[in-house]
Order: sequence, then C-alpha cells, then structure tokens
Amino acid sequence: MRTILSTLALLGGLFAAVLALGVLTAKWERPWPLVTQLGYRGVQMQQLDNRARLNATLTLASNVAPDPLDPADAGGKPASEVYKNVKVLGTLTENQFNRTMLAITQWVAPEQGCEYCHNVENLADDGKYTKVVARRMLQMTKNINANWVTHVGMTGVTCYTCHRGNPVPKFIWFDQAAETRPQGFAGYRNGSNAPSASVGLTSLPYNPFSTLLDQQQPIRVEATRALATSAPEPGIQTTEKTYALMMSISQALGVNCTFCHNTRQFADWGQSTPQRATAWYGIRMVRDLDMHYLDPLKATWPANRLGPLGDGPKAYCATCHQGQPKPLNGAKMHKDYLELDAATLN
Amino acid sequence: MAQYQNIFTRIQVRGPHHEMGVPLPAGDAKRDGEPYSEYWLGKFGDAQVGPFYLGSLGLASLICGITAFEIIGLNMWASVNWSPTQFLRQLPWLALEPPPPKYGLHIPPLREGGWWLLAGLFLTTSILLWWARMYRRAIQLGLGTHTAWAFAAAIWLYLVLGFIRPIAMGSWSEAVPFGVFPHLDWTASFSIRYGNLFYNPFHMLSIVFLYGATLLFAMHAGTILAVGRYGGEREIEQIVDRGTASERAALFWRWTMGFNASMESIHRWAWWFAILCPITGGIGILLTGTVVDNWYLWAVKHAIAPAYPPVFPPIVDPSTLPGAQP
Repeated sequence: MRTILSTLALLGGLFAAVLALGVLTAKWERPWPLVTQLGYRGVQMQQLDNRARLNATLTLASNVAPDPLDPADAGGKPASEVYKNVKVLGTLTENQFNRTMLAITQWVAPEQGCEYCHNVENLADDGKYTKVVARRMLQMTKNINANWVTHVGMTGVTCYTCHRGNPVPKFIWFDQAAETRPQGFAGYRNGSNAPSASVGLTSLPYNPFSTLLDQQQPIRVEATRALATSAPEPGIQTTEKTYALMMSISQALGVNCTFCHNTRQFADWGQSTPQRATAWYGIRMVRDLDMHYLDPLKATWPANRLGPLGDGPKAYCATCHQGQPKPLNGAKMHKDYLELDAATLN
Repeated sequence: MAQYQNIFTRIQVRGPHHEMGVPLPAGDAKRDGEPYSEYWLGKFGDAQVGPFYLGSLGLASLICGITAFEIIGLNMWASVNWSPTQFLRQLPWLALEPPPPKYGLHIPPLREGGWWLLAGLFLTTSILLWWARMYRRAIQLGLGTHTAWAFAAAIWLYLVLGFIRPIAMGSWSEAVPFGVFPHLDWTASFSIRYGNLFYNPFHMLSIVFLYGATLLFAMHAGTILAVGRYGGEREIEQIVDRGTASERAALFWRWTMGFNASMESIHRWAWWFAILCPITGGIGILLTGTVVDNWYLWAVKHAIAPAYPPVFPPIVDPSTLPGAQP
C-alpha cells in the first residue's frame, strides 16, 4: 500500500512539475480554438482562431469603421474657384471639398485638427510638410481604388483604412541594418535572429520588406520540376526571406498559412484558395505604393519621421489589415466617400 | 499486495569499489581518481563515480569541443553588441550563421561566416576525435565496436547537413546555422524550398526507424523490467534455462503477437533501427537539391501523392495572365 501511495505521490509530483513548467513557459490559449475547415476534408486546411481574441479584434474600436458623414449638399462652385492652390481635388464642388477635408481631419488628425496640415492664417500655404504628404496620399488612395481593384475589390480604401485616427498609421516599416555591429569582426547576423513581431517572433530575417517589396526580388522559391538540373537556385537563405515575408502576411491578416495555401505544396496554384490570388495582387500593390508614393516622399519628411537608415515610413500588409483578413471588418467605407475618386493622379 | 518495484529504482546495491577496470595496455594513460559512491546518482544508474580515463583523444576532443562552443557563444554575444541582458533574453533566437551565398565554397571573411566555418571545423574535429576515443576504448576493453558505429551513423547525418551537402550544392550558405530557433527555421525552410520533405521516401524511412526504435525500446525495456522479479536483467545467462525470466519474457511476446525476438536478437533489432534512422535521414538530405528539387512533384510523378477533389473554383497563377507584373 505504501508503495502504491508513494508511487502515486511521485507521479502526481511529476505531473504537477510538468504542468508548472508548461504554464510558466508556454503560451497557452483559452478557450478551445475555433476551427474553420477551408479545404477538402482530411487535408487539414483549416483556419484556427481564438474565439476570445477574434471577438476582441472584431469589436476593437480601431477596427470599427466610423459612421459616414452626411452627404455634401448638391450644387456649389468648383473648389478650384473657391480656394487657392487646390491641386488634386479641384473638380469637387465646394461642399464636397469641405466634406472631404472634414473627413480627412477625422480620419488622420482628429486631435490636432486642421492645423496639423494647414497654416490656419493661409490655408493655401504649402509650408507644412504634412499638407504636401496628404496631397500625395490622396493620389495614392485614388490609385488604389482605380488601379488595384484586383486587391481591394469593390470595398476600396479611404484614408481611414490605414490611419484609423493616427497621423502616422500604426503599422509601418523602415529599412533596418542587417548587423547591429557593422564594423565588428564577429557577431554576423545576416539580418535575422532577432525576435521581431512583424515576422511572428521567429528567428527568420526580420526585414523581408526591403528586398522583396522595395527591390522586387523574386518571391517564389520552390522548384517547379521534380528533379534538380544544375545547382538549384534560390538557396535556403533566400527561402528564409520569402518565409519571413509570408509570416508577416500571416501576422498582418491574423490567419494561418492555409488561408491561402495547401501546405503540402505551397507553390501549387491548383490547390490554393482564391485568397492567394488576392494576396498576390496585394504584394504588387504594396510594391507600387512603396516605390511610387511612399519612398519618394523621403525628401519631404522631417528627420523625426525617418527611419534609422534615413528612409521614410513605408507600407506592408499590416498597414491596412491590422490583424484582420479584411480591414475594418470588411466595411465598405469607400462608397460613402466617392469624392476621393476625384483626385487627379498626376 | 503488488509491489511495483521496477518502475523506479528502489534498491541500491553497494559493495566495495572493485570496478577499477581491466588492466590498460602499456602506453595508455592511467585511470584517474579514487572511486566513490553517490546516492542520488544511484537513483538513476550505478552509484559508483570514477575512476576516469580521459587520454589524449579525449583531451583533444574536449579542447576542440570547447573551442567550437566558445566561438559559437561569443559570436552570439557579439551579435547583441556584447549586452549580457540581451544575450540571455534573445539566446534562443541567436545563432552563428553560415556565410551568405555570394561566397560559394570560398573561405569567407571572419565577420561574414568565417567563424561559422571555424566553429564547424573545431566541432567536427572534436566529434571525430570522440568517435576515435569510443572506438579505441571499446577495443582496449576487448569489446565489439558497435557503439562507435552507432555514433558514426549520427556523425554521418551531421556531416551531410553541414559539410557534404553544402559541398555538393557548391555553397556553404546551404548549411545549418548553429542556434536554437535558427536551426529549426532552417529545417522548415529546407522542407518548403524542396517541395515538402514528407514526400521524401528516405525521410519516411528515417521516421519509421525513429518511431520504430522508440517502440522497440519501450517493448524491450518494458519486458526486462517486467521480468526483473525473476532476475530478468541477467538476460544472456538465462537464455538456455527453462522457466526463467527470459523464457517467460519470450512466452509473453509469443502469446501476445505470435513471435518473439530472442534475448540476443532484440538488441540487434534495436541497434539497426537506431542507426538506420540517421543513415536513411542523411541519404534523404543528401539527395535533396542535388538530385531531387521538389519532393512533392517527385511523389506525384511516382504516384505516391494523391490528388483531392477541388473545393474552390479554379484559380490561375496571376503572374501567367496577360499584362501581369512579375
């Protein structure tokens, strides 16, 4: 009897020790995950969500689109005749123009107000960098809604899709040095091995954006033939960069790999979900925005808006998505602000 | 009342310390240290500690091993700018990285993978010296060299990953970084790059031998502990006797599954399963990228990978559409 009791006590102690270790070290989640089947049965294509976190994300204030402003009154003179120095929204009527300005203030600088961009003594003055940037951002918004329907569909975007009431959107990226000690003779990091939230706290390259979004290096790494021909390219370190970019997409959208891919063969389009094509256009869209709109603004930004290597803030998937497969719970804000479409692209 | 004496060691047999070992051949260094008993070690194994034999091979191996350990550790520390706090906080993420692809098989500068090559050299030397030590100790004790060859199987896998395959691929950058998370991320990337390693038949075999080895170990260890009350741990001397622990163990398996290994052959089973795990694994790694570029497509070609009915409307690769950007 004593033996059984002491054995049970020992087993109990062991169990408690393992449990304590688990509780102290692992990231346990409650409640039981919500599993949504995505692919054919048995192939384990499923979306895993934490119900509590999903609900919190859905109701998060910044993920709920604000009510639309009242439509502008009909009629009125063109804004270009009423105001001076109107370069991109000149075809709007005065009422439409004022409504748009009001909306932008609410979306981008709700606390700072008009003077965040404007010299209140002379609204036409381009002295503040924020006004110059805002003008370019209006063109960028127009570009997205007009030319990137492949990604944003009929939902479209407004300033709020990224800004959510912040003058600088919450999720942006800068170039980062690959090494913490560029002159050192030891401690080579190869731009990886630092826990970074944008790549899911893995040890993968912490900035896949500089090369894969800015420099348009090829993202595809998997071979399209069974047998190797010559020395196969790309190698493992290139693969890790692609992997890191994919992790950043997964983090930005709050989804697993299987949201887009059948993980038994990531490369095969025939086994992928339709979302993969949307994501493919998304990557090209971000490249367009970063290369043609955001990066060229670096001469305009003041020093305090620049990154450690002197580049300006740039966008990636999280900039709009902010943890959701569809930004703002899929709210269609654009249809209430068709004035944004009046922006001239050049 | 049932006595579960054999789940945990309850008895420690303590005798005078006779185990000074068989005489060493002339020219060998002496065994050092006065043996003593340690109660807590006796809970897990033999309570006797010592005497020790390090010898020239062991000493050289330890020196090389410590050198490699220091190169790896100090590079990790340097990568966080010698901050002790960040070194501890980020330790699982830190690594000594192999060179970037641009150096191919050339010797890179120290700051860009040269240390990795040096650490690999010292670690490999250390491991090979330790292997030679195992081999020589076995010979000196008049044993077979099975343990050394089992260790060699593991060394094969290690060399394929860090030396043979990178040379076959023409670049050190293909090798594994020394680091906790980094080597795991390397593994995942390796599988993704080469079209899913689960379709690699040698990977399949390796898993069979891995799980098979643990199954065999559980069966054998369970059997011997179960007949411990009849002196079952004295396996070999009981083989020819009737009614012994050994015969009961054999009967148990014959009745359970119609077949039993012998007291001798079970160890052959275990040894082969154990060494075949890294041997087949190493073959699988060596073929990856050198011969096979995408294991999934290879498996489709050979009718191993099944196809499943589509559940989504067919989508095409957007890069193949007219006017697509790269």
